[in-house]
Amino acid sequence: MTGRGPRPASPLLTARGGTGARGAAGAGTTPAPFALNPFVGIAADGTVALTLPKSEMGQGVYTGLAMLIAEELGCAWESVVVETAPVDERYNHTLRPIMNTGGSTSTWTEWDRLSRAGASAREMLVAAAAKAWKADPEKCRAENGRVVSTDGRSLPFGELAEAASQLAPPKEVRLRAPSAWTVLGRPRASIDTPAKVEGTARYGIDYTEPGMLTAVIARPPVFGAQLVSFDTEKAKAVPGVRDIIAVPAGVAVIADGFFPAEKGRRLLKIRWDEGAGSAVSTDAMREEYRKLAATPGAVARLEGDPAGAFAGAATKLTAEYEVPFLAHAPMEPLNAAVIAKDGSADIWLGTQSQTRDRNMAAAAFGLPPEKVRVHTLFLGGGFGRRANPVADFATQAAGVAKAAGKPVRVVWSREDDTRGGFYRPMWFDRICAGLDRDRNLVAWQHTIVGQSIMAGTPMAAFMVQGGIDETSVEGARELPYAVPNIRVDLHTTTSPVTVQWWRSVGHSHTAFVVESFLDEVAHAAGKDPLALRMELLQDMPRHRGVVGLAAEKAGWGTPLPPGRARGIAVAESFGSFVAQVAEVSVSPAGEVKVHRVVCAIDCGRYVNPDGITAQMEGGIVFGLSAALHGEITLKDGKVVQSNFHNYPVLRMAEMPEVEVHIVQNSEKPGGVGEPGVPPIAPAVCNAIFALTGKRIRKLPVRPEVLKAA
Amino acid sequence: MNGKKYDVASDPGTPLLWVLRDELQLTATKYGCGIGQCGACTVLVDGTAVRSCVRAVSTVAGKEITTLEGLSAGGLHPVQAAWIAENVPQCGYCQPGQIMQAVSLLKKIPEPTDADIDAAMNGNICRCGTYQRIRKAIHAAAAMGPEGKR
Repeated sequence: MTGRGPRPASPLLTARGGTGARGAAGAGTTPAPFALNPFVGIAADGTVALTLPKSEMGQGVYTGLAMLIAEELGCAWESVVVETAPVDERYNHTLRPIMNTGGSTSTWTEWDRLSRAGASAREMLVAAAAKAWKADPEKCRAENGRVVSTDGRSLPFGELAEAASQLAPPKEVRLRAPSAWTVLGRPRASIDTPAKVEGTARYGIDYTEPGMLTAVIARPPVFGAQLVSFDTEKAKAVPGVRDIIAVPAGVAVIADGFFPAEKGRRLLKIRWDEGAGSAVSTDAMREEYRKLAATPGAVARLEGDPAGAFAGAATKLTAEYEVPFLAHAPMEPLNAAVIAKDGSADIWLGTQSQTRDRNMAAAAFGLPPEKVRVHTLFLGGGFGRRANPVADFATQAAGVAKAAGKPVRVVWSREDDTRGGFYRPMWFDRICAGLDRDRNLVAWQHTIVGQSIMAGTPMAAFMVQGGIDETSVEGARELPYAVPNIRVDLHTTTSPVTVQWWRSVGHSHTAFVVESFLDEVAHAAGKDPLALRMELLQDMPRHRGVVGLAAEKAGWGTPLPPGRARGIAVAESFGSFVAQVAEVSVSPAGEVKVHRVVCAIDCGRYVNPDGITAQMEGGIVFGLSAALHGEITLKDGKVVQSNFHNYPVLRMAEMPEVEVHIVQNSEKPGGVGEPGVPPIAPAVCNAIFALTGKRIRKLPVRPEVLKAA
Repeated sequence: MNGKKYDVASDPGTPLLWVLRDELQLTATKYGCGIGQCGACTVLVDGTAVRSCVRAVSTVAGKEITTLEGLSAGGLHPVQAAWIAENVPQCGYCQPGQIMQAVSLLKKIPEPTDADIDAAMNGNICRCGTYQRIRKAIHAAAAMGPEGKR
């Protein structure tokens, strides 16, 4: 199915082989499948080999997309193996001119295309069987990996595959009615779970070939710094170090393995010209942001007369909120393996953005893009980091391979990964609300200050309009609450610190501010936070649905053990609606413990409820890590944090009991990878307020702020 | 290791992790932090979980080492069976370490409480957030009884 050249290393096919055969895509374990269309191939032994246009980073997309195809194809689930496609326009994102996995779009954007691919393949198998039997195709159907006819004949897919692959695909296909579904909407374990539990799943970092060397790169210690000179004497003396060379990204130490490379790097003496970047500090940035926030920015939303309504309000609230830079910190540090020879190159890596990686790596090599092949392995976490706007990890590896003239894999240490930039931006918000004499919310003014993640990327042309980066204001601009006078505005700042989308993007910040401040309004109005939400969401039925469901399942308003309180928050993001109720306590030392989180999601029509539950659990953990611990700071231009000891994340002992409820309806499908993140920080902080009377307006939550007096 | 004897010529100070991954091509054991903070590199040395990223290879000479590859060799270990039954993994990268840590825990405490699980598993980070399923899977593996019964 994959044409000439090395076949894409298939994590699952290789796993099935269980041999550790490198890059052989399970050769010897499964005969080559016959392609029925770009997505569906069937081998003579009945293996259903799906070529999927998405990367698997733990979001369950291999399983969900395979379910979409399986529902229509009528195959046996056990016969399905999947791999990520090579770069080819046929596998581009249905809404983007590139192959890309991100924005919680995979399921809903592929639903139609992959359902049709499954249905089309089914029709071809049925037609092949009907032809063999000289029967009426209308009297044949596909089920459980066989085509069966009403008169009792039956042939397995494997025996029909070759003949089917020679037929023209049908022009029109009929999709199964939801009432007839047997696969979709039912819980299914992840197709990649066995390989991941047995230890045969292969990630980018696992890729090697005989003779391939391992490199680490000494990168600039300050954003924008330039290499002046370097002394390699001591580093070169490390046994196993093969070469030390200047590369576009810094200085590469190339060795027999990671350990000697890392050891060599520590012994390098490098002089950098730090330039203006050394003046950057997050403390200074915060003060600059604070001043900007007191002035009006570019208007993202204006309704009514918010200034007038605020001026005339009987009760006025004003607050400043702030959130820090955040690293994605996937468990698998960034990496890429590259082999270039004879005017072409192969790259093995875990990436969310194959086309961009290919094109930018090709540019680094000076090759035409079609001469570079991208082989996608499992991603040990992505969270947005592995869709880098400048393809940093692919391009840097290409730069080292080109300079070294050898097959090489570039592996980032945890420290490189933590300090490598492309963070969730630091944000500062000033927000004001006005209540009238009857305690109705009549004015809402929200000023946002921070860097644009889209500026300078290929997406800027459509994501930045009128000075507004959509992702800077998303969730704030769409304030769902009925307020007659609203203004949301934005100051876009610049800094040498590189920024990027981070799981849930703008919502990771705006939901915290909006939902915390609405809680402030509720308390100022003397209203229950749940009751105020339900009142102001009168015209937003799906918001109301999840708020009501989460509150009911959490027992909102019922007594809790002493020392505990609940908080609630809701956010719409990526086409889905999520409400969460957090139950917290605070120790005398000021440490927050989240005991239980009840989560309700409305993502419309869905594929795999177990996958949704897993993504809600995961989104909550990801959001809690940020709310309770996450912070990247810079001093004298240098990132202070380096590894999990000073960039802590949630651990087992902090894990709350999480309960997920999924709303049943037939609305348009929404995303699930990201929408679990936004509500958790405000739900927890609102619970902290309910318990202690202390309002958290700065993340992460600091124990010293909550310490008992 | 994993029931076989290996001779390696590595620098004695090389962490066991890199001998496994770069010399013996046993890549189930993962690199996550390099400083014993995340547990992705966890293997068993004489039956006890250790962080192979900070354990010099010279200190394990002559000892019995088990990696996830070795655990799988004789069919699924009850911990693995439980991991599959609970559909634990998401990205899966931390799971080899989580599984080895859980095996070590159950060897010492066959029927662990939640507090035992918190204590034993707190050094193993999962960024995808599979902790709740890991907890359930450990209880499920414990319910399957000692591994000798499998």
